[in-house]
Amino acid sequence: MKYAAIAVSALAMLISAGCGDGGARSDDSAVNGAGASFPAPVYQAWSYGYSNIDGNPAVNYQSVGSGAGVAQLKAGTVDFAGTDDPLSARECADFGLEQFPMLAGGVVVIVNLPGVPDGGLRLSRRVLAGMFLGDIVNWNDPEIAADNPGLPLPDLPVAVVHRADASGTSSIFTDYLSKVSAAWRERVGAGPSVGWPVGVGGQKNPGVCNSVARIRGAIGYTEYTYAKEAGLNMAMLETRDGAFVKPTVEAFSAAVSAADWLNAPGFAVMPTDLPGAGVWPITGVTYIVFRRDGAQNSGRLGVMIDYFRWCMTDGGTAAAELDYVPLPPAVSGLVLNGVLGK
Amino acid sequence: MKHSFGDCLFKWGCLFCAAMALLLLFGFFAQLTAGSAEAWRRFGFGFLVSSAWDPVAGKFGALPAVTGTLLTTAIALIAALPLAFAAAMYLTDAPRPIALVLGHAVDLLAAIPSVIYGMWGLFVLVPLMQDHVQPFLVERLGLCGLPFVNRDFNGFGIFTAGIILAVMILPYICAVMRDVFVMTPPVLRESAFGVGCTRWEVARDIVLGYGMRGVMGGVFIGLGRALGETMAVLFVIGNVMKMPDGIFSGSTTIAATLANNFPEADGLQKSALFALGLILLCMSFGIQSLSQYCLRADAVRRGSR
Repeated sequence: MKYAAIAVSALAMLISAGCGDGGARSDDSAVNGAGASFPAPVYQAWSYGYSNIDGNPAVNYQSVGSGAGVAQLKAGTVDFAGTDDPLSARECADFGLEQFPMLAGGVVVIVNLPGVPDGGLRLSRRVLAGMFLGDIVNWNDPEIAADNPGLPLPDLPVAVVHRADASGTSSIFTDYLSKVSAAWRERVGAGPSVGWPVGVGGQKNPGVCNSVARIRGAIGYTEYTYAKEAGLNMAMLETRDGAFVKPTVEAFSAAVSAADWLNAPGFAVMPTDLPGAGVWPITGVTYIVFRRDGAQNSGRLGVMIDYFRWCMTDGGTAAAELDYVPLPPAVSGLVLNGVLGK
Repeated sequence: MKHSFGDCLFKWGCLFCAAMALLLLFGFFAQLTAGSAEAWRRFGFGFLVSSAWDPVAGKFGALPAVTGTLLTTAIALIAALPLAFAAAMYLTDAPRPIALVLGHAVDLLAAIPSVIYGMWGLFVLVPLMQDHVQPFLVERLGLCGLPFVNRDFNGFGIFTAGIILAVMILPYICAVMRDVFVMTPPVLRESAFGVGCTRWEVARDIVLGYGMRGVMGGVFIGLGRALGETMAVLFVIGNVMKMPDGIFSGSTTIAATLANNFPEADGLQKSALFALGLILLCMSFGIQSLSQYCLRADAVRRGSR
């Protein structure tokens, strides 16, 4: 019996030793973050750039998904979380969290239509929602043709491709569809994963791009960077004002500037379907959430704030090189003087 | 004689390791049951027959995922069994150098990680299905008249997933069958040939009769692997949380649903995913039990002969 107790305690020691190594914590001064995968390439580039400056500690970011990152922050295993879905002001208050926007990005609509030139297709708000609802089933539908005079629209079934995994990209896209279509709002709703009325699911952004490239007559949505890299045909979308706009970094920036940041508690804004000229209608923002008073980061809070300030002021070039959209100065100024104020 | 300290420690250590399997199994059931409690409370056994999957409204049902799992597994077995049987039969009787080379090749097939099969499926099998196989089946053979074959296809779906699973489980089934066939006592085969049996008669009546156990074992190993396979299926099945219209429809399996949704799930959805996990564990458990039962029944029948 005594030996059993020894064996059990030895096992317990082994397990606890294993857990201790579990976190990606190299030393006490290192700052650890986890969360959204969409901005992860930029965060990793920033961490590298920041840590390479003499005297700066290491900043780690694990790309585990928005929901998982926020859960880890609430559990106190990381110092900050990245999320594509802003937390509500109430949730921030309940858990003592602070939130601010870090980067913007555009969600674009990609199509696979033989004979239609790149960027030549115009999709109105009604048509886009109709396709994803399964009401418009063929590309030769007169409603599509009405917006595209002279465009050779093929007689092909509309094959919708959506994300199979829960994702911030889907949140932004379904939020937009809920704003432009009452039918979508009632039948489907918005969220990181929804009950899609039609279509097949692709794995993450590259999976959606691949399926769209593969299926003739496909229509899907993805982050701009992935569509650009894959060289896919991106459609023009109708803005709230009724004009058609091309997906460009300038249009994403314009949408972020058009949002009402001052009156949004916790900066919780979805800059989709905003009025204004040249505003891309499906723009999203990715957020950083952190805990100021947590015992966890008592020593690391200063480092963290310094790192975020560096990202906002010196990180723009690195972000733009990776085709992400830095926040416009007016918005980053609000953050630098507010949450991240000295 | 009094046992030494070392002997005792060794005995308890061994007992602990042996008991570990049971503890783990129990732990899996307990954890999945506890995790899925909320979903069972909310949906009851209606969860098993509901085809709803609406995370926004908080409605979940297991039927589409269970159906997809069963259909892909069935297609995989139907496609893999005859191939594996023929291959094993040949490898048993083939000239030694050929059997050696081909046998190793089959074994190596089993060593390929499933994500590689997934990539191959996405980049090679899906376009092949879309451009050649499915048009041939639907337009040339006119199979779309059948109730379970749909007219619309795009390469993704249950059929493609079933075929890729067939390729993945083939080496397992083949390896087990081969090992069993080789163990047929030579004297039995030689006597059969001696009384004038053809090769096919020897294969059917002697080798297969003697190796039925192994064939069943191989089938169940393949079945177990096909049920739980995740990565390869994920890439090609289309990931649609709805009841399929036919075998070319996009669908989903339990394992694929879990892999897709776990990272971002919380609350009721997480509980529903745990419930799906419990269903999968029960299915695998059931199949293992069934295989044990079959094999034992087989052994008893054999022994009484």
